[in-house]
Amino acid sequence: MLSVKGLRANVGENEILTGLDLEVGPGEVHAIMGPNGSGKSTFAHVLSGREGYEVTSGSVQFDGHDLLELEPEERARLGLFLAFQYPVELPGVNNTYFLKAALNAIRKSRGESELDAVSFMRLMKERLKVLHLDDSLLKRPVNFGFSGGEKKRNEIFQMAMLEPRLAILDETDSGLDIDALRIVADGVNALRDPARSMIVVTHYQRLLDYIEPDHVHVLARGRIIRSGGKELALELEERGYGWIDEVAA
Amino acid sequence: MSASTADLPTSTPAATAASQYDAIVRSGYEHGFVTEIESDTLPPGLDEGVIRAISARKGEPAFMTDWRLAAYRKWLQMPTPAWASVHHPPIDYQAISYFSAPKKKDGPKSLDEVDPVLLETYRKLGIPIEEQKALAGVAVDAVFDSVSVATTFREKLAEVGVIFCSISEALQEHPELVRQYLGSVVPATDNYYAGLNSAVFTDGTFVYVPKHTRCPMELSTYFRINTANTGQFERTLIIAEEGSYVSYLEGCTAPQRDENQLHAAVVELIALEGAEIKYSTVQNWYPGDEHGRGGIYNFVTKRGDCRGARSKISWTQVETGSAITWKYPSCILRGDDSVGEFYSVAVTKGRQQADTGTKMIHLGKNTRSTIVSKGISAQHGQQSYRGLVRIAAKAEGARNHTQCDSLLIGDKCAANTFPYIEVKNPTAKMEHEATTSKISDDQLFYCRSRGLAEEDAVSMIVNGFCKEVFNELPMEFAVEAQKLLSISLEGAVG
Repeated sequence: MLSVKGLRANVGENEILTGLDLEVGPGEVHAIMGPNGSGKSTFAHVLSGREGYEVTSGSVQFDGHDLLELEPEERARLGLFLAFQYPVELPGVNNTYFLKAALNAIRKSRGESELDAVSFMRLMKERLKVLHLDDSLLKRPVNFGFSGGEKKRNEIFQMAMLEPRLAILDETDSGLDIDALRIVADGVNALRDPARSMIVVTHYQRLLDYIEPDHVHVLARGRIIRSGGKELALELEERGYGWIDEVAA
Repeated sequence: MSASTADLPTSTPAATAASQYDAIVRSGYEHGFVTEIESDTLPPGLDEGVIRAISARKGEPAFMTDWRLAAYRKWLQMPTPAWASVHHPPIDYQAISYFSAPKKKDGPKSLDEVDPVLLETYRKLGIPIEEQKALAGVAVDAVFDSVSVATTFREKLAEVGVIFCSISEALQEHPELVRQYLGSVVPATDNYYAGLNSAVFTDGTFVYVPKHTRCPMELSTYFRINTANTGQFERTLIIAEEGSYVSYLEGCTAPQRDENQLHAAVVELIALEGAEIKYSTVQNWYPGDEHGRGGIYNFVTKRGDCRGARSKISWTQVETGSAITWKYPSCILRGDDSVGEFYSVAVTKGRQQADTGTKMIHLGKNTRSTIVSKGISAQHGQQSYRGLVRIAAKAEGARNHTQCDSLLIGDKCAANTFPYIEVKNPTAKMEHEATTSKISDDQLFYCRSRGLAEEDAVSMIVNGFCKEVFNELPMEFAVEAQKLLSISLEGAVG
């Protein structure tokens, strides 16, 4: 599904990713953990096509496509989804309208018919139920005036509606209290599917108490220095990130 | 300014009544064509003789001729206004022909001669080819017959006593009403362009709504009879008697070409006790080519007089066209408890310049006004909001809320805000909010990461920005306006 080989990327003069390798198979949930500045968010942004990053070498294959050649919207239409660490506010843009436009843009690119208002509302209600969310966020402008928890819930709801094949959750747990964290994690778990892969980027082990990963990777100085099962996360929790520098050096 | 679309039966009309009249409009085609009778054209130039000639050819009553001449004499004494933030070469008023045939033979001979950008816009708006010709000013021999539509429409209005006709007709059939109200809101001496208009206006719209009557439909120039080429000096007069209501739609979303570069219209609204007038405009005159050449100069004076207690006048405008827009729809809140509203979206891109805003003059007690202005600038667009809120000494308990938001796209455009506030009564409550924002890269990336194309993202954010204003437009008009805005801003990013 996703194959990252020797990925190097710069921000300005600084090389942030220094040869990152990662293989993600269908239905797998991978956690990427690492200290601040290790390149976690850069990796998420490079995958989703954000400007401001220069890929200097390496390749990213997604379902047989050369991902790095594609515009952000083309990646999204292929089934890539980034849940933002800091979801962006769009004043005046109705949340429901936004989602409908996004979903239909994706459907259209796949040669599927666009959903009409009624079918869309039906789908929305169904997904709200799966995630145990109420519809209070839908009538408001996208993320505008939302609390931190509301913004994250909205990201998960968008994910449920857009049905990506690969979801990247960029520090989705940051800034959430334990209740909000549980709601978000429950949502993510409800969306686990044999056809849907996920990359959960996080600083803390805490989120992984709720979202159980198949694989855990430790990112340091722009590359993955260790991979393992979920027990690796527990080990990180115990030992902290201090030991990593020695390994990465 | 108002696009005269009466002879364009399937134009993307500025009309909420559009759907209900679609059938009638289409059937209009079956009645065949009428060929316009060529009328003569006065040679370019302006003097008292020309004004007398205009008045004579229109068969106007003597009072009208005198009024025009008085306006002309005062206009000669007036200086050209220089205070607005717009730049253009001086206008040669002697080079303009002030009375001309309804159709011109010196326009483009076929669509091949028309700016391809304009044609592309027509295509996107889904305008039929015959209409494209008419809108682009291509000389066509046959004009679609719209008489049957207009007649049906007028009969319905006549049942409730609403008069809706051209101002020329009104001068023939209801001279006493015209005489009583014309110039009572915008006197000929008001400003340079209003003065010129008063002297030489050729036609325009007249609406009279009798007491306690709710006009049964949205009125639009679209359904007005025989209004082809009311041209560059248009005059509109709307009178709402006690307790009446009328909603008037002006304009057309399709960009209109006109060989007349200068447009100086005057619109006067009079609302008597308890009456309400809602005036909505979509202005999409040709903005010129990419260098700004050939675009329309639109210098308009629009003013409403809330003459009676508890009356209300509401202006809503969506301004996307013209090379230069100079326009300040205003309200005089004379009656106690009267209400004035101004909702505006103005877009400037390419080399367009707009200096627009409103004036709210509070004279009566407990008068209220609301101003919501949304300016969008892209590319090299220049835009100024200029607003005056004046609370007179006797206006106890007056209130104003002003909200002025500017949205910038790119880094070569500009937006200015000039709010003037004069308060002479200590009980007044004034609120002024102003913001300037840019569409951020973060916002665009967020939308794109959800599968939306960049242009759709821009249009979505811009429409969100304008929402409060679009909410004030009649439904179909709002849909058209949104579409228009999206098309206007295509290619404006990056």
